[in-house]
Amino acid sequence: MHELTTTRHNDLVDPVLHIWGWEIPVYLFIGGLVAGIMIISGYFALKGQYKKNVFSSFYLPHISLILLSLGMFSLFLDLEHKLYVWRLYTTFEIASPMSWGAWILILVYPALWLNTLIRIPDRFKNVIPIFDRLSNRINQHPFLIKSIGTLNMLLGTLLGMYTGVLLSSIGARPLWNSAMLWMLFLVSGLSSAAAFVHLITSDRYERQLLAKADNAFLTLELFVIGGFISGLLTSTAVHIEAAHLILTGPFAASFWVFVITAGIIIPLVIQLLAVNNKVKHTPVAPIMVISGGLILRFVIVYAGQFSHYGHQALSK
Amino acid sequence: MARFVMVIDTSKCVGCMDCVVACKTENKVPEGFNRDWIVQDVIGSYPTLHLEIRSERCNHCDAPPCVYCCPTGASHVHSLGGVVLVEHNVCIGCKACLASCPYDARFIHPDGYADKCTFCIHRVEKGMDPACVSVCPTRCMYFGDVDDPNSVVSKFLASRKYHSLIPEAGTKPQVFFLA
Repeated sequence: MHELTTTRHNDLVDPVLHIWGWEIPVYLFIGGLVAGIMIISGYFALKGQYKKNVFSSFYLPHISLILLSLGMFSLFLDLEHKLYVWRLYTTFEIASPMSWGAWILILVYPALWLNTLIRIPDRFKNVIPIFDRLSNRINQHPFLIKSIGTLNMLLGTLLGMYTGVLLSSIGARPLWNSAMLWMLFLVSGLSSAAAFVHLITSDRYERQLLAKADNAFLTLELFVIGGFISGLLTSTAVHIEAAHLILTGPFAASFWVFVITAGIIIPLVIQLLAVNNKVKHTPVAPIMVISGGLILRFVIVYAGQFSHYGHQALSK
Repeated sequence: MARFVMVIDTSKCVGCMDCVVACKTENKVPEGFNRDWIVQDVIGSYPTLHLEIRSERCNHCDAPPCVYCCPTGASHVHSLGGVVLVEHNVCIGCKACLASCPYDARFIHPDGYADKCTFCIHRVEKGMDPACVSVCPTRCMYFGDVDDPNSVVSKFLASRKYHSLIPEAGTKPQVFFLA
């Protein structure tokens, strides 16, 4: 037997670490979703799709600005020392992924704003004259539009990666300590973004295109999850124990039912049938994908806090 | 350069919790929180059981993940003795340091900042021992500069068997337990 008895009972730490509630999974999900939308809308800008009025790329940057602000607000809610939040921007800590993320987010806002200027919706035209002038200037130079598209794709990729690196750099939590996590969150963000566009667009071509893209992202996500789990299962004892938290442990039901089955496999089957014209496109599959992406963040954040190193002491 | 470490003789510790009370009093640790605590570790099968009683706290690691992950620089290594400290009015309470500590040695102070053992740096700067060390009734706790070969901690580490906690996490903890 190995029995530990401790007198410590710190709030949020004992008996199991639970410092991050709903705010962080929501922030990571929205961050991933916005990252995916930036990559998709950047790609559309590069391809000249902004010229079509019905295309949702027309609205995506505006929606992203709102979503990102919601995500940032969620992160703000999680802070325990809220009035000191400005301290994030008085330094750049090169070893801290959170510091990188804070500065990446500062770059993301102007990139999204520039993307909104490529095409200003009719109802907002002539409201702020300087925006119209900037929009005209951008549209006179196609290379500017391509640069804005490229910038959005690049920053979107960085943002999506960051949401995973934030957790994977925390070595004390074995479930998070995987080099696959950034890839998982990036692909999941892309998948949720494709599903989001699929859900809101009224354009048939676009719906078909994004459903096909989402099928590819969902398939890739399954492979990445496979790599993530096999990486943990072939690592040290604490990593194997951490993998079992989501495979067979207290988080297994949420993981298998909501993330894998309802969040990936069922919508993948529905969308495969839809793109092959066997069934009609409906909001069901994209809603399942988006919900699965959100629950994935909850499962990873909560189970990761549950995972820990054993308290065994090794004699020297 | 001094490198402060703590050495605890587990063969003398009786788990009386004087160190815990001294810390709470000295540092005004709020009710319901602990900067140090007692662990009773029982290994083996009856009747050949081995009991180790440890007074645990922040390990003031040489490779402190809590310092590396801090986005504002609030968690930092003090110039005196490599002690890991938190600048309260720079901490935003993001809790990344709590997640990154394999010893779960940190907590969020009710005022909103991350808090933990400081090795009583305010006392050490005046040439005194940390409060926990100074009150130990069995004299099982020792504090000093491991870079000084004549210090009591160096002598113990040179002559006795010892271990640290979770060395496999790679944080190079600086609290040592004599077997």
